[in-house]
Amino acid sequence: MREVCVIGVGMNKWGELWGKSIRDIFVESALLAIKDAGVDKIDSMYVGCMTSGLFVGQEHLASLLADYLGKVPIPSTRVESACASGGLAVRCGFIEVASGMSDVVLVGGVEKMTDVSGDGATYALATAADQEYEVFHGATFPGLYALMAKRHMHEFGTTRDMLSAVAVKNHDNGSKNPLAQFQSKTTLEGVAKAVMVADPLTLMDCSPITDGAACAILASVDKAKEISKNPLVKILGVGNATDRIALHSRKSLTTLNATVEASKRAYEMAGKSPKDIDFAEVHDCFTIAEIMVTEDLGFFEKGKGGHAALEGKTALDGEKPINTSGGLKSKGHPVGATGVGQIAEVVKQLRGEAGERQLKNPKVGLTQNMGGSGGSAVVHILEVM
Amino acid sequence: MFPARIWREIPQRYRLEANRCPQTGEIYFPPRLVCPEGKCVELEPVKLAETGTVESFTVIRVAPSAFTDEAPYPVGIVKLDDGAKMMCQIADAQIEELKIGMKVKIEFRKIQSDGKAGVHAYGYKCVPVRD
Repeated sequence: MREVCVIGVGMNKWGELWGKSIRDIFVESALLAIKDAGVDKIDSMYVGCMTSGLFVGQEHLASLLADYLGKVPIPSTRVESACASGGLAVRCGFIEVASGMSDVVLVGGVEKMTDVSGDGATYALATAADQEYEVFHGATFPGLYALMAKRHMHEFGTTRDMLSAVAVKNHDNGSKNPLAQFQSKTTLEGVAKAVMVADPLTLMDCSPITDGAACAILASVDKAKEISKNPLVKILGVGNATDRIALHSRKSLTTLNATVEASKRAYEMAGKSPKDIDFAEVHDCFTIAEIMVTEDLGFFEKGKGGHAALEGKTALDGEKPINTSGGLKSKGHPVGATGVGQIAEVVKQLRGEAGERQLKNPKVGLTQNMGGSGGSAVVHILEVM
Repeated sequence: MFPARIWREIPQRYRLEANRCPQTGEIYFPPRLVCPEGKCVELEPVKLAETGTVESFTVIRVAPSAFTDEAPYPVGIVKLDDGAKMMCQIADAQIEELKIGMKVKIEFRKIQSDGKAGVHAYGYKCVPVRD
């Protein structure tokens, strides 16, 4: 298998982009990535998108986006794994370059979520859960994570303030990210007193509805050395795993097993352990998700993720900075784009280009992207060469 | 909603039909063609227990369109006395009395209607067992 680098990343401002279509959003970020990488020839592309069919009535997206990017007739593939679609697109591009089939591959993610009502978005997102045995009974996505939160609080004593601390920290980080949907800060009380969505989760425990895209250019290390002017960021490890998608089919409500399994694979491939990771972008679709994921990635003991957040261990100046970009909570969560947006942040940090939120000389970063209520997960480990 | 999507699930929703792997003893609801643990394909039919305890619960306050008239409503994960688990609404309960570990029994209820002129979909909800 050949070694693979990220030689360019591109992300536009995320938010409610009323004036822009799904094709414009994607092409803007793809052009930024192409410019950043300094390449003119792309061999193929992968696009992560959860449900453009339900959000904008457009399928056959891979060809449409290749066309509007001016890349027809290169091969283009759409990848779907609910909210982990972007991360999975990166993995597909990695495999194509590592195999030797292509030298330069564009991997991207996109979602245009604001062309439907709140009800419509709730419906579209719920298609990632078990239709007949969860959604049929009135479950929503916040509801599924609320069931995990309630159980985590019951088993480990996780508190309201611990959940809130995740949102406060991610909004602090997002306030330093000009591309984030929200630049506003919040407080423990601000999160706790927001309108209740599904007990114990309030609106401020939830990531928002977002339009956005992100892209990255992957290349073999040999090709990268030939064409890239940027510091090379190598993808050391890739892990992808699945879990039963219905919560009631799982042995535990407080462990996200796809994340455990995906990270095991990525750590093993990279030859790294949790303590070698300087910082991570993780899938905080809800505050409880960040707490559980930081435990399941091995950063903190099971049951201690909430304490770590409340004690500042995951802050920019903490021992394990989590979601320096603002995370899904503050940067926004255009579901299909999120996994690639995480790669963009880790690459910016590793190249020392993260502006006000820049960490001090990070060497190794991790991304964790998750589908639905954890039925799929994709983990990448990246190191600056 | 196309009616076949509703009547196809009648054995599970009306009669709580599940199946069990003879090798591991694990019960699957809904029934499966392959046991994910032992890879057994000869699973035997069983009917679920009708009492159990709440493993976790939430109260849905922002509801999908089919349920907006009912919000707020509680949803829980119930561990039945035979070890199988299901997700369902918790009916006839005050929000203040909900707690993890509470005893419930399964009842046959209307779950949702497909708009004003569409078919009703029935199934199971759990209700508190009061001594």
